[in-house]
Amino acid sequence: MEEKDKLARFEQIILPHMDAAYNLARWLTRNEHDAEDMVQEAYLRAFKFFSTFHGMDGRAWLLTIVRNTCYTWLHQNRANEMTTMFDEEIHSVDTDTSNPATLAMRSADHQILTRALDELPVEFREVVVLRDLEGFSYKEIAGIANIPTGTVMSRLARARERLKNILCGHPKEKL
Amino acid sequence: MDCKNAQTLIAGYLDQELDPVRSSEIEDHLHECVACSKVYENHQVLSAALKTGSVYSNAPADLQKRIQRSVRQAAKAESPPRWLSWSWARMAAPMAAAAIVLLTLVPFLRGPSTEEILTREVVSSHVRSLMANHLADIPSSDQHTVKPWFSGKLDFSPPVQDMANQGFPLVGGRLDYLNNQPVAALVYQRDKHLINLFIWPSDKSAPAEVARLTRQGYNLIHWSRSGMNFWAVSDLEERQLEEFAQLLKNQSPPPQ
Repeated sequence: MEEKDKLARFEQIILPHMDAAYNLARWLTRNEHDAEDMVQEAYLRAFKFFSTFHGMDGRAWLLTIVRNTCYTWLHQNRANEMTTMFDEEIHSVDTDTSNPATLAMRSADHQILTRALDELPVEFREVVVLRDLEGFSYKEIAGIANIPTGTVMSRLARARERLKNILCGHPKEKL
Repeated sequence: MDCKNAQTLIAGYLDQELDPVRSSEIEDHLHECVACSKVYENHQVLSAALKTGSVYSNAPADLQKRIQRSVRQAAKAESPPRWLSWSWARMAAPMAAAAIVLLTLVPFLRGPSTEEILTREVVSSHVRSLMANHLADIPSSDQHTVKPWFSGKLDFSPPVQDMANQGFPLVGGRLDYLNNQPVAALVYQRDKHLINLFIWPSDKSAPAEVARLTRQGYNLIHWSRSGMNFWAVSDLEERQLEEFAQLLKNQSPPPQ
């Protein structure tokens, strides 16, 4: 590929997804400044490896790199967060005491919703962001997060359940 | 379906990621289970709140400029020194490499083949026939009732045989639509397993090789003979479906 072509194609296919890249980095690092660094680094990596991009979805391809960049950074700088145990499975079925109307009210407040989402373990946070904020299919999420599609589904179920408990101040929720 | 299972699948149902069978199972469960339908309602509320984008973080404008600049710098740094472009050998190697990569990738870039699309259609038709309570338009185990039923509905006459003696009783016949044309669907049974046999005229005169496939847990066998395409699909194990196909092939009239 001609160098000039490569740059032009990169600017056309990958550069427009910067909001998605920043949004994912913000939610993975939980910090705006770190998110900017992550996005910048991810873009340079993406450009370097752009020859391995073969006409798939540019946004999914870029977000895979953003995610890997963030995880490397999290392991180096937030190792304690990464070791937090998180429950993949639904173990017991509790009677749901939360009220959809209350939940709707709390989640409509974007500050409360932001705080609640920030409280989720990173593995849960990322599937929620990729699904509900970015609208990716389970298959695409499985590709980005490098997990089986079935895991995407169970994590999402678990993540939404936790998020609901945080928002409704469920006393049983362990964090 | 129990509540534990349902609550794992609830995300897939909400996000419309389940296959039709699972989806209707969940639907049934939600109708009868108050606890799970409340969980579902709550998850729906949450997902909707997130989808409004109120917590979406857009990239700051100055970041956009900064990144564009640094990518352009990286591009400059990468561009080869001038003497490289004089040398043919230096040019040829990366071009050959690119050609190899391209050639290996071409089959993957084309998307599903016609055969793959047809396979998916056959499996979907099979699943639909079991789901929608629409197995047969003409429920009959008598081949002399089923065969004439098709005439006037199709512009070809599918071979219909009851194979009850061989353990595959005929259940009935149905009109279906595959490969952009109306086809005959014959339904056979083996114990509790149902087999859909789709038949339509083949545009190739030569009998095609028998092919066996597995999709979504269903086994498929297809072949063509006497100017007809045959596709058998079932949850029957492969060996038994093979036996079914073999019996049919032995019984069909020889090609004219």
